[in-house]
Amino acid sequence: MMEKIRLILDDVMEGNIVVLEKGLAPEEQSKLIEITMREITPDGFAGIEMETYPAKEKPGFLDRLLGKSSPTRLTVIGPADQLKTIKKEKDFITAWVSSR
Amino acid sequence: MSFLFRARKKISKFLKAFFSNRQSRIGIYGPPNAGKTTLANRIVRDWTGDALGPVSEIPHETRRARRKEGIVITGNNGGSITIDIVDTPGVTTKIDYKEFIEYGMEKDEAVKRAREATEGVAEAMHWLREDINGVIYMLDSTLDPFMQVNIMMVGIIESRKLPVIIVANKIDLPDAAPQRIKSAFPQHPVISISGLEGDNVEELYEKMVEYFG
Repeated sequence: MMEKIRLILDDVMEGNIVVLEKGLAPEEQSKLIEITMREITPDGFAGIEMETYPAKEKPGFLDRLLGKSSPTRLTVIGPADQLKTIKKEKDFITAWVSSR
Repeated sequence: MSFLFRARKKISKFLKAFFSNRQSRIGIYGPPNAGKTTLANRIVRDWTGDALGPVSEIPHETRRARRKEGIVITGNNGGSITIDIVDTPGVTTKIDYKEFIEYGMEKDEAVKRAREATEGVAEAMHWLREDINGVIYMLDSTLDPFMQVNIMMVGIIESRKLPVIIVANKIDLPDAAPQRIKSAFPQHPVISISGLEGDNVEELYEKMVEYFG
């Protein structure tokens, strides 16, 4: 899990916007916030902007039995000083993106 | 008879010690400026007479989690809970010291505040995974509850299977819309309060006794 978070954050810190098709699990999101905080520096990296679409369907009986939480559909993560979500609708994200 | 009496006293002392070690730690989480410290102060003042920390309109006034242990809250039906209240820094995914300069702070002070805030948020996230038994999630009811950080935090809390009460705060303000919060999180109890004015906090205490007990 740490490797995945590190990979995402390194990419975002280079100024890239990362789109994850399957999103992040809650545990991964929690770690991502924690590690992001540790990377913030004055006049350097200011943190991340993130938008996630939750799963369309609720987890089925078997998923719940196996303790699987509902997967997210899509997650967009970018540097906070370059990406700003303007609006999020059912199947649509409007964002402001600036290049360095 | 006296033997029985002594034995009963011993057992009750043992049970008391056993359960007091297991008192719940309730974390007050939420985005910056939702009113977490105001509520924490009110809870601590109402039930112990003390205060927990200073409040400010500048975000990230609370940069280290503050804890008050052994607060006993009693409900109307006589039931009570003993909890530790943990007031946490506002959770966010970004912190820029320039935001504090806009509030009139000097650069050095703003940079220091930002650094302390990042450390505080990282710590609060860590504790949520390790050290918290229940959550009061605070929201400013004048703002959009669908902000990513709220959706994410409630998801994280749910995945830890922690009991959560959502508090729609600042209902004393004219553009408060606690109903939006209720429809955003229908799966959890939502209590509307004004932490500042004290409106409806009794209902929150009742719910805490019922939910965290």
